[in-house]
Amino acid sequence: MTTAPPKVAPGAAPETGAEAALVAALLALDPVGLGGVALRGPPGPAREAWLALLRRLLPREAPWRRVPPGVADGRLLGGLDLPGTLQAGRRIAERGLLAEADGGVLLLAMAERLPAATALRLAAALDTGEVRVERDGLALCQPARLGLVALDEGLEEERPPVALLDRLAFHLTLDGAPPDAAAPASLRAARARLRRLPPPAPAVIEALCATAVALGIASLRAPLLALRAAQAAAALAGRRAVEAADAALAARLVLAPRATRLPAPEEAAEEEEAAEARPPEATPEAAPGEAAAQTLPDVVLAAARAALPPELLAHLAAAAPVAGAGAGGEGRKGPARQAARRGRPVGTRAGDPRAGFRLSLVETLRAAAPWQRLRGAGGAGARIAVRREDFRVLRLRRPAETTTVFVVDASGSAALHRLAEAKGAAELLLAACYARRDRVALISFRGSGAELLLPPTRSLVRARRCLAALPGGGGTPLALGLEAARALAATERRQGRTPLLVLLTDGRANISREGRAAGRAQAEADALAAGRALRREGCAGAVLLVDMAPRPQAFARDLAEALGAPHLPLPAADPALLSAAVQRTAARLVAGHGAAA
Amino acid sequence: MTGPVNGAINGAAAHPPPRRAAAPRPARAAARAAPKEAASGRRTPYPFSALVGQEEMRLALLAAAVDPGIGGVLVFGDRGTGKSTAVRALAALLPPMRAVRGCRYACDPADRAGCEDCRARRSRGALPTHSLPVPVIDLPLGATEDRVVGTLDLERALAAGVKSFEPGLLARAHRGFLYIDEVNLLEDHLVDLLLDVAASGENLVERDGLSIRHPARFVLVGSGNPEEGELRPQLLDRFGLSVEIRTPEVLADRVEVIRRRDAFEREPEGFAALWAEEEAATRQRIAEARGRIGAMATPVAILEAAARLCLALGTDGLRGELTLVRAARAVAALEGEAAVTLAHLRRVAPAALRHRLRRNPLDEAASTTRVERAMAEVLGA
Repeated sequence: MTTAPPKVAPGAAPETGAEAALVAALLALDPVGLGGVALRGPPGPAREAWLALLRRLLPREAPWRRVPPGVADGRLLGGLDLPGTLQAGRRIAERGLLAEADGGVLLLAMAERLPAATALRLAAALDTGEVRVERDGLALCQPARLGLVALDEGLEEERPPVALLDRLAFHLTLDGAPPDAAAPASLRAARARLRRLPPPAPAVIEALCATAVALGIASLRAPLLALRAAQAAAALAGRRAVEAADAALAARLVLAPRATRLPAPEEAAEEEEAAEARPPEATPEAAPGEAAAQTLPDVVLAAARAALPPELLAHLAAAAPVAGAGAGGEGRKGPARQAARRGRPVGTRAGDPRAGFRLSLVETLRAAAPWQRLRGAGGAGARIAVRREDFRVLRLRRPAETTTVFVVDASGSAALHRLAEAKGAAELLLAACYARRDRVALISFRGSGAELLLPPTRSLVRARRCLAALPGGGGTPLALGLEAARALAATERRQGRTPLLVLLTDGRANISREGRAAGRAQAEADALAAGRALRREGCAGAVLLVDMAPRPQAFARDLAEALGAPHLPLPAADPALLSAAVQRTAARLVAGHGAAA
Repeated sequence: MTGPVNGAINGAAAHPPPRRAAAPRPARAAARAAPKEAASGRRTPYPFSALVGQEEMRLALLAAAVDPGIGGVLVFGDRGTGKSTAVRALAALLPPMRAVRGCRYACDPADRAGCEDCRARRSRGALPTHSLPVPVIDLPLGATEDRVVGTLDLERALAAGVKSFEPGLLARAHRGFLYIDEVNLLEDHLVDLLLDVAASGENLVERDGLSIRHPARFVLVGSGNPEEGELRPQLLDRFGLSVEIRTPEVLADRVEVIRRRDAFEREPEGFAALWAEEEAATRQRIAEARGRIGAMATPVAILEAAARLCLALGTDGLRGELTLVRAARAVAALEGEAAVTLAHLRRVAPAALRHRLRRNPLDEAASTTRVERAMAEVLGA
């Protein structure tokens, strides 16, 4: 086995400096095939050094462009060149950043704040290698074969959009160490070798696919990108074909950071894969040297396992109770995306400024520009002829709005114990909501039904009055309360707001979904079903269950689990703690919204 | 490896070998004028027949190709499963169509109505015709409304001062397919517009001082990932068939996807040649099915079964029933049968009905399961 410039033994713990340099070299070899890298870390010398290294390794003539945060469609995709059009009196198209970066690299600033819509435009270009424009009366199709460097400065919860991460081979975290200086001086020879590589041995593809499955990676892009990384690694190391070490390296760099679960323990994994992957028969180039003793999937899986981020386990564990935040994060992404589609500006659109919209002067002039000669302007008065159809109005950004819905159990059992205390806690929360300019709503359930006592409002006074006057007594129709909450949450979401539910109950359900006293077992089953429905509605991670029972019951915990909600027993939870929990959840929701918006 | 390539999994487009050192371009060099149909047709599409698995999606697309009246296909599912690849690959399978020569909407010569131009020309004598590939038009993200519906031809307006209509994507999709990737993220007003035109078969343009109507009959195909956002529920049942697509679970299938993809990227033409025979056979199947579907017998028992199934599921309106029967007929035609059977009905029922169910918050079963359950109850095991 030839020694690669950056030496990596399969299964060894990664050295960040050398690894970062290796990623730069691989990406520079095949930026288009690998899609790019999500580079996580604060701006600073480490990042600058890495970018400089990448730039040095790329062919000198390769373009290097930067996408600013909040880039407009016109600049990204291309569109009408306004000065050129005015000058020439005919349509002149302007190339966008994507087309300009063709054959090179596109840097994406603040990728963690990237709007979903922009991410999908980039994804489309990465998929097809071209950028198609149907805008401003133009129809263009330009090549845009490029690698993307998504600069991710996000905090804990912020990540670039999944649609983009899925298409970038490397997810690299820079931890301050500068990239190893041992990076190769030139990649010319390696580039030539990459072009001449023969098709990969079936065993290599099988190993990569099996590893992806073992790590719980669903997308098929992952093994494909890993295969390309392995090919680039082989070329970099001076090999004529992909070998086990290359596949192991690719698994470590490409697959391990995508893992959503830990691979099954050694023995089980071996059996499973032996059965599934059919160990390679007679693939001379696949398993030479030190790896000969093990089957290829084992080597590859071992390498990936060794590189699994140490916090993965903690992450997965932490994700479990707060439902859905783990792998896909569908819980909070759903509503956030929905809201983003409504609230976020998509630039400008044709519209009447008198209808209460704000006029965008530049865009209006841009729309009017090509028509000037036709409209006969410029002749006599040299005035610009702007017609009604040219008007472009701004689409305003609407800040993420949250509606906190209090779902209060006002049944006899709850009233007896501590309805007053619950009211006190709710009042504290109300104050917090007010500080955040949230809207609040109040649903109460008792007797044989649930009632929306206070439709969503910003009025703190009304909310407080409503809460104070809350009558108590009767059975506990928990399922009906949850159903009412679900309906309200769905309405709020449709209107672009993010619902946050605070459920205050003692969990002693005894009224069925039909509103009849049907025994505890039936009532509890109905409540659990309603809880799961609520969670499916996309409320996971946006519900808090405050247990008002003097001694918390197991059922309340089950319900919290069904809801994907934290369970806060009131006796232990002092009101301040409760308030902090709500604020934390709300902050996470807003952060999720930010990442999506 | 030959060309460094990035494409959607399972296909999409292949690219020429790596570019030689391109001369650095001035940063904002203007691509002069508007190259209308920029050279994108060169690229070899991934062959439809080379897709691995995903039977339901393939069947739905083929059925829509046989009978456009089924009314569009919605493909929703996991990332990287070849949704867009399959739709884009469909273009190569469609048998060419006859069209009026010189007609900008590619009117069907057999269609008495046609566009205004064709009607005027027809009154003066027989129309010349030619053969054209069926259009499969991609609606790119960020497309503006003027390009979708069509607008005043600026070039002609500026150069000659003539007010003339420049057809948009809807006109180009006439008699073919209009594909919207990430349909769930398309702006609401565009989705409304597209669905409206798709349903009426006519595009009405009232803008920039123009008043134009032209035929625009196309099959709407949408795809998306539910994690990015749901489609508005009132739009769901405007699609004839709805397909759920998942990542293949079997390892061997996954390996095969990657292997074919890699082979395709190395040598797109060579790979396509390997599949040319199967592609031709499928094309032939579609053509024959189209010929057969007119005379397809649909026994009363089948109509009854469809009605009972829809009743059991409580689907709203008659659209579900109609689509179900039409899709079953198309599948029967594809399989060379002379009559529709219950087996055909069963195969298409999930796709035809799963997006028409009323949401029952307390029924946890996925809609597919509900359709299957109803089938077991109504049609027997």
